[in-house]
Amino acid sequence: MPEPIAPLLSVRDLQVHFRIRDRKAWPWTPAATLKAVDGVSFDLYPGETLGIVGESGCGKSTLARACLNLIPATGGEVVWGGKTLRPDDHAAWLAARRDIQIIFQDPLASLNPRMTIARIIGEPLRVHRPELSDAQVHEKVAAVMAEVGLTPQQINRYPHEFSGGQCQRIGIARALILEPKLIICDEPVSALDVSIRAQIVNLLQELQRRKGLALIFIAHDLAVVKHISDRVLVLYMGKAMEIARSDALYARPGHPYTEALLSAIPIPDPRVERNKVLQLLSGDMPSPIDPPSGCVFRTRCPKAIAICAQDKPALRRLDDETAAACILATERQG
Amino acid sequence: MNQPAVTPVLEVKDLSVQFRTNDGPVYAVNHVDFQLGRGQTLGIVGESGSGKSQTMLAMMGLLARNGTATGQVLHHGRNLLGLSAAELNAVRGDRIAMIFQDPMTSLNPYLTVERQMTEVLELHRGSSRREARVRAIRALDDVKIPDAKRRIDFYPHEFSGGMRQRVMIAMALLCEPEVLIADEPTTALDATVQAQITVLLRELQREHGTAIVMITHDLGVVAGLCDDVMVMYGGRVMEHASAEDIFHRPSHPYTRGLLAALPRLDASAGALVSIPGNPPNMNALPPGCPFSARCRYVEDRCVATMPLLQRIDPASATLRACHRSVAQLDAMDEAEAADA
Amino acid sequence: MTAATDPVDIAPAGRSPWRDARLRFLRNRAAVASLVVLTLITLACVFGPMLLPNAFDSVDWNLMSNPPTRAGWHLFGTDELGRDLLVRTLIGGRISLMVGLLATLVSVCIGVVWGAVAGFAGGRVDGVMMRIVDMAYAVPYLLIAILVVTVFGRDILLVVGAIAAFSWLDMARVVRGQTLSIKSREFVEAARAIGVPTWRIIFQHVVPNLMGVVVIYTSILVPGVILTESVLSFLGLGVQEPMTSWGVLIHDGAAVMAAAPWMILFPAGALSITLYCANFIGDGLRDALDPKER
Repeated sequence: MPEPIAPLLSVRDLQVHFRIRDRKAWPWTPAATLKAVDGVSFDLYPGETLGIVGESGCGKSTLARACLNLIPATGGEVVWGGKTLRPDDHAAWLAARRDIQIIFQDPLASLNPRMTIARIIGEPLRVHRPELSDAQVHEKVAAVMAEVGLTPQQINRYPHEFSGGQCQRIGIARALILEPKLIICDEPVSALDVSIRAQIVNLLQELQRRKGLALIFIAHDLAVVKHISDRVLVLYMGKAMEIARSDALYARPGHPYTEALLSAIPIPDPRVERNKVLQLLSGDMPSPIDPPSGCVFRTRCPKAIAICAQDKPALRRLDDETAAACILATERQG
Repeated sequence: MNQPAVTPVLEVKDLSVQFRTNDGPVYAVNHVDFQLGRGQTLGIVGESGSGKSQTMLAMMGLLARNGTATGQVLHHGRNLLGLSAAELNAVRGDRIAMIFQDPMTSLNPYLTVERQMTEVLELHRGSSRREARVRAIRALDDVKIPDAKRRIDFYPHEFSGGMRQRVMIAMALLCEPEVLIADEPTTALDATVQAQITVLLRELQREHGTAIVMITHDLGVVAGLCDDVMVMYGGRVMEHASAEDIFHRPSHPYTRGLLAALPRLDASAGALVSIPGNPPNMNALPPGCPFSARCRYVEDRCVATMPLLQRIDPASATLRACHRSVAQLDAMDEAEAADA
Repeated sequence: MTAATDPVDIAPAGRSPWRDARLRFLRNRAAVASLVVLTLITLACVFGPMLLPNAFDSVDWNLMSNPPTRAGWHLFGTDELGRDLLVRTLIGGRISLMVGLLATLVSVCIGVVWGAVAGFAGGRVDGVMMRIVDMAYAVPYLLIAILVVTVFGRDILLVVGAIAAFSWLDMARVVRGQTLSIKSREFVEAARAIGVPTWRIIFQHVVPNLMGVVVIYTSILVPGVILTESVLSFLGLGVQEPMTSWGVLIHDGAAVMAAAPWMILFPAGALSITLYCANFIGDGLRDALDPKER
């Protein structure tokens, strides 16, 4: 039996709660709590791609930032390489930032418009390896630019001189230059044209293969997430609904929300699309300040029963590939 | 693609849009032709720079001040491009309605929904306020807004994104227009809400017989809603065919490239076939085909001469603009697969 | 064998946003013309008195209260004490411009630092600092300036101080707003994700992106400050006799406007032209640096 590999990143019961003060209320009324992330746990192994999918307001971007301490977690733990990183331990996080990097949704906005890309891509080196000379930094920048498909002639250009897809490549280059072990991708292709999306997705996959990178790929487009990920985590209102191997997620979804999401994704084939049976969800997403009791999904779930309002279902293993947080999900033959 | 025997509701002939900018003229739309029959749905697909939105804005007389439209946009034989503002206003909202991507910016945040809707009816139908209100509540019911009688008095910001888009659709359909133009109506919405809106549009189209023009970059949405599809790139029409043909027998390199680049839920993972290169720079287009810089099948004449939009063969209704024939494309694909 | 060539040195330069802004400014003919005129005025004020034969306080007993004439280089005429108005206008210009620039400089420094610290610190510190600004707005500056000058005497640096003390408020507000907006932009978040230390974020990411707004507001400030100095001088609170500034000259000229119109025309004209030019330049800078123009 093979040795169990230790996970690279372990997130245990992570919570990110915000206190919302209502400016109009009296000062002594207690502040409401917005539970952006409310108890999410997962393990990420080296070289693996974990997709995180959900609609707007599900907390996926907040979760991504909490994994990097860009937004400090208010509860739970982030364990990196076996060591717990507390939100206030800035020294430990600074060291961890050499190995965990992030790329953002809006490629142009994530680049300082007044810096050349030589400085932008080189910045991580200057922070973490100050002993390198200018020429050495620039050599490395040129090398990583070639890896992401940019030409070294472009090294002195400014971000506004590039297209959206190229800006995202610059962001990837900046994330790669320290040779991290994990790159968190926060909706990296949502703002790009369809024809460019495939380029960036292919680039990420190729880089992952060549360097053994782990990726956390966050998106609302389930098709892209399924394509690139080994496993997928489905979030709803800050809670994990299901976590499964990507093909198992599609073939045998364990949670009603996953079923609804899957049926809602339009397939580019009129024969399939016209004859599809849609699982329409009723109503709107409830306010995250005042979530429903019990299972947060019950107000829109087509299968909700009385007991769903009472107990919060935990993420339960259904088989080797799937775990779902639904009281009605039954264990299956693995 | 059915060519209706009756006169089409909308006929666009040789529509071109040009913008005067600091860097010189930009030819955003070039020689676009299409027809729209009663109850027909047309999807216009394209990425940034394709000119799909500008085509619609030109048709509705909503171009920016530095833009000029040439050609003809015939509505029951009358060219909309030459009309005065007053004449155009009689058509817009009444016979031809438009809904946009961001409902928050197209709804007046300072007026209640009721006021905005009754205003439309008072203007175009001469209804009294009370009659208009009754009609408006019915319209909100049609788009499945729960508790319409109470919600009609809400302000736009009190609705969620999906609801606001439904309100937009209800407003657009108030006067029972012949044509509904939807410019990326679901792009900003979540997948589950998007599915609801698409279903709603299909139902409304069946009930009212409204022709729909759906502008989008999302081929999945097009597959669910549209009978015919027009694919645009760099301001030109690349291919125009029925939905069935576009998806199962794409005849243009760009269409093929787009379809191959899409990750599909129902397909297993393999590398996506991406289209190399970047979106077109509208200030510096080649004299020939705008897609030539990125096309796998490119040859010299593609860069130099513009291919004409023509039928593949007399029997088929598909129109394509490419120098290479479909047979040549297939042959080149096979050769490449054999080499691999 | 070869010495390592730095890729940055061999590659062509990019189009810096500053360069684009400069080109846009140069395309604005009104702004460029104003810049030329203002430069000429400044040069005239600085070097003119050195080249002209008359001193600003020397009396020409033969030509008192004389309209402009070629005799004795009295091209702007003389005042009732026989002093040459051309030289006095140019000397006055020196004072007005110097006070204007100095007071602006002090205001900008205080305002930028105040606003940037408040914006970047956020929370309580921001709250306290901006409440101080709010309270300062309520103070009637002219009365305070009068009080200060009356108590401490008329010293040119005091005038600069008095003006600067109230001109930094707008700049602080604007810079704070801009800092808040920059702080929340994604490239700052990206810098934090890399682990860039805070001081570096402020100086390399926030401040360079603030400069556009600072330049624009400085150009709005300059004419205001010059005008304020003129108002103070007009009220008799500016420089001491025989030193003069445009405000003093206008005050003197206003008294004898009907009899000797040249005494008010030239200094008022010089002030007006300077203010016009400063405003056109400010407009040009605003258009050039407008972030929407890409």
